Amino acid sequence: MKILLPIEEESLNANLYPSFGRASKFCIYNTETKEVKYAVNEAASSAGGAGIKAAQTVVDLGANVLITERLGKNAAEVIEAAGVKILKASKETIMVNIELAVSGKLDVLTDIHPGFHNHGEN
Amino acid sequence: MKIAVLSGKGGAGKTMIAVNLSELMTDGVYVDCDVEEPNGHLFFKPKVTEVKEVNVKLPKVNQELCNGCRKCVEFCKFNALAYIKNTLLVFDEVCHSCGGCSIICPENAIKEEDKAIGSIQSGYSEGTKVISGFMNIGESSGVPIIEELNHMISSEENVIIDCPPGSACVVMESIKEADYCILVAEPTIFGTHNLAMVHELAVKFNKKIGVIINKTFSENNPAKEYCIKNNLPILSVLPYDSELGLINSNGLIAVREQENYKKFFALILEDVLEEVRNETTSNIKR
Repeated sequence: MKILLPIEEESLNANLYPSFGRASKFCIYNTETKEVKYAVNEAASSAGGAGIKAAQTVVDLGANVLITERLGKNAAEVIEAAGVKILKASKETIMVNIELAVSGKLDVLTDIHPGFHNHGEN
Repeated sequence: MKIAVLSGKGGAGKTMIAVNLSELMTDGVYVDCDVEEPNGHLFFKPKVTEVKEVNVKLPKVNQELCNGCRKCVEFCKFNALAYIKNTLLVFDEVCHSCGGCSIICPENAIKEEDKAIGSIQSGYSEGTKVISGFMNIGESSGVPIIEELNHMISSEENVIIDCPPGSACVVMESIKEADYCILVAEPTIFGTHNLAMVHELAVKFNKKIGVIINKTFSENNPAKEYCIKNNLPILSVLPYDSELGLINSNGLIAVREQENYKKFFALILEDVLEEVRNETTSNIKR
């Protein structure tokens, strides 16, 4: 199973990046091989529709689970269409979030926001 | 000649000023570009002679023909398309109707379809032509409606354009064709901040500018200071006037009701016309 998280710093001890579409990078953790990979989120610099493009990347990277603090409705639609599970991140490090997800202790993200469209923080 | 009336915030008096100025013009045309909340027609109560729908083009996908090459997904600068599990997803509200996806698709799997996003009503009120744009509830951008309004007034002579509040895309589209911009400001710190925003915009668009400070209650105020500091011509200062407010809130047009308002607004109009004619006025050219 591949777990994907939006991040800024390439370290498992860092925290997640609070926004999804505008995160500069993604961390991909393979639970079978324990392998950690990082990918650039090209969508971060988009003028608009960053969430949609970032979600396309998540699906293309073959993620089975997305852990994020928040997610816009367009991105959620793409990710749900691909059958990727969306979990609500806890305010902990990337590693702790991965462990919580593996042990089934993270809730499914339900409060999908209508999108910030450049008006939100971060 | 086209005069745009704009302000950085709502409630500064744009519509009141635009309605009264257009009423005073011979063969005047009032255009309501505040398509999210057009209200000039509430004052004019025009006899509507024409209603037309405004449509935008949206991509319609034939999933059978789509082979998943993703050329359209990569092309779309607005990221309105995603390709997931052999299906091309379209996000209508993100689409800017450029038509690029349908051109770039090698399989002809994308066609464009019309979608109504609003309408334009034209009519007359005692000799003043009234053209109002209305955006449908739930739509995200009024720009295509304002584009159509600009198209409709391209051959008109004496036009007053009532702009949406703020300084976003819809305002830029509204002032595009204007020869002159009247900035309506409130005499407060907040009002002055918003004045600075629309001032910056009008300068970027290389427009001639004049300011009307509305609802003043003291001789000196931050909006006036801003104008002096930035060498902005003040066309007029309207003192806070509960009688004018009452006429306005009853949906009446002040220059039709009272001679003193007719004189007052005629002076403003004359000033503006003079400024527009006088190409070389040093304090507005920049």
